[in-house]
Amino acid sequence: MPTLDMSKTELREVNATLQAAAKAQANEPFEIINPRGSHAVAVGLNGPLDVTVKGSTGYYCAGMNKDATIHVEGSAGPGVAENMMSGTVVIDGDASQYAGATGHGGLLVIKGNASSRCGISMKGIDIVVHGSIGHMSAFMAQKGNLVVLGDAGDALGDSLYEARLFVRGSVKSLGADCVEKEMRPEHIEILADLLARAGADAKPEEFKRYGSARTLYNFNIDNADAY
Amino acid sequence: MSTPTTEPRQSWTFSKETNAEIRRAAATGIYDIRGGGAKRRVPHFDDLLFLGASISRYPLEGYREKCDTSVTLGTRFAKKPIELKIPVTIAGMSFGSLSGPAKEALGRGATLAGTSTTTGDGGMTEEERGHSEKLVYQYLPSRYGMNPDDLRRADAIEVVVGQGAKPGGGGMLLGQKITERVAGMRDLPVGIDQRSACRHPDWTGPDDLEIKILELREITNWEKPIYIKVGGARPYYDTALAAKAGADVIVLDGMQGGTAATQDVFIEHVGQPTLACIRPAVQALQDLGLHREVQLVVSGGIRTGADVAKALALGADAVSIGTAALVALGDNDPKWEDEYRKLGTTAGAYDDWQEGRDPAGITTQDPELMKRLDPIAAGRRLHNYLNVLTLECQTLARACGKSHVHNLEPEDLCALTMEAAAMAQVPLAGTNWWPGKPGF
Repeated sequence: MPTLDMSKTELREVNATLQAAAKAQANEPFEIINPRGSHAVAVGLNGPLDVTVKGSTGYYCAGMNKDATIHVEGSAGPGVAENMMSGTVVIDGDASQYAGATGHGGLLVIKGNASSRCGISMKGIDIVVHGSIGHMSAFMAQKGNLVVLGDAGDALGDSLYEARLFVRGSVKSLGADCVEKEMRPEHIEILADLLARAGADAKPEEFKRYGSARTLYNFNIDNADAY
Repeated sequence: MSTPTTEPRQSWTFSKETNAEIRRAAATGIYDIRGGGAKRRVPHFDDLLFLGASISRYPLEGYREKCDTSVTLGTRFAKKPIELKIPVTIAGMSFGSLSGPAKEALGRGATLAGTSTTTGDGGMTEEERGHSEKLVYQYLPSRYGMNPDDLRRADAIEVVVGQGAKPGGGGMLLGQKITERVAGMRDLPVGIDQRSACRHPDWTGPDDLEIKILELREITNWEKPIYIKVGGARPYYDTALAAKAGADVIVLDGMQGGTAATQDVFIEHVGQPTLACIRPAVQALQDLGLHREVQLVVSGGIRTGADVAKALALGADAVSIGTAALVALGDNDPKWEDEYRKLGTTAGAYDDWQEGRDPAGITTQDPELMKRLDPIAAGRRLHNYLNVLTLECQTLARACGKSHVHNLEPEDLCALTMEAAAMAQVPLAGTNWWPGKPGF
């Protein structure tokens, strides 16, 4: 397995190597050692490539990922897997703010906790957090699924659009226009699939579903107090 | 003989327009939303004059002696800077706000003139990529349509922090313009109002921005120039911080710069006039030793080659046009006067771009209205207009003895008003003084 040692190799060379391998669809797994909290590690991968990062990363690890599978054996800084298009990103530890921000697709699994604004403005990504998430998570979330096995902080799903939120634990408070919704069979099915793919030991029936009340979709002066 | 009477006197404070707005607000309970930039009179380039050559400096011969207009943007870090033939670019305007044919026309006109055009909120369309030889891809807080493939096929990336019409404000594309195509590109349902966030979802402050720029460069192999666009609010500090964050190019948009739609109170009461923004921004770059290494693009109220030349003389590397480009395409053309009247307005004043009923077929998604704009003919008009801006700018530069428009300098200017003198930091006409000049 090719190994890229970030104590000896510049970030540019690390990413250029991975991007070239992903583009060439080399199908050979890569390992990154000594990431030492570096920012923008394994970003812009554009093809099926397995990358394991042995340690913790800084900002925007796996940013704009497309088709690659990136496994961080550590924690991730802000904006992990931001704007991901497809593929899989797994974080063994915790994730800082904005995990999965604006992601369009793919699966982000956080085995620890995620900080505030997890899934902000998500546009189709699926996010499974084994632990808890911080405040203002799924703010203006448009599409996709956010699954939380632990608890959610304040103002969950504020100004939510069509994303689905599933929380097993407590929700400190719901944001504007976010309401609890009925868990129908199709939601149980979606959840069961996501939990299985994320390696999460939980039953879909233990979760509550939250979504948009859709009262803020078109501006109405009578809703001014909600803004 | 009748007794003389007092003439009815309208209040300056409570003018007809003011009272009409009070009545409208009282009737509807909602603020006025519109497109465009500030309509109020503010100190502007009209308040400056070129001095021209005389005994102390000599002019260049028009039509004979060369006056270069080329500009290179992105020389600081990008492997592939953008080479433009003229110092005028087309500002970011979204597909969604504008029709597909209008975006195509902007691309055609800009390409014929040898300059760039810019996407907007809502992503990159095939119309504009296909017809724009040089396309700047905006990276906006909403990230509608953002994807790494378009990032790589862009010629430059513009991180939008703010715009002159509404520094500190987001946007709202009203539901009537959200067709299936627009909604699909933005991952949202058809027909709902689409908010564009006022700040980025995954960074706050210049230190984060520096890392965000690193990520964008890593994704695009350090090829693309990275622009940062800011609204004209605190131009010295915003420019300094953008440069510190690693920008190749800074786009500075004054309050006359347009928007697709926002509150009138925001457009008219937030931000600084373009004229007031340029010198502090240039000063910031000079203080950092980065003037000309980080290029400055100025926008907001550019209409003529004189405006272009004056912006360059104050230290800009290029200017950007939005509203003027739309007018060149055919926006607010008096030939649609009957239809403007039906909408309760008149040609030149039409600004309800958010409603999508534009008689000129530009700020609309209505299939029938869109057909009114021929993108080829409109692109040709824009090309003509860009040529005129360039010729006018060259004419003034030659009169000041400059062989490149970038050689224009503040010493070539004087001001007609105290306000303009203070903002532009050039002498009031007939004096060697401006308010705030050191030593006075």
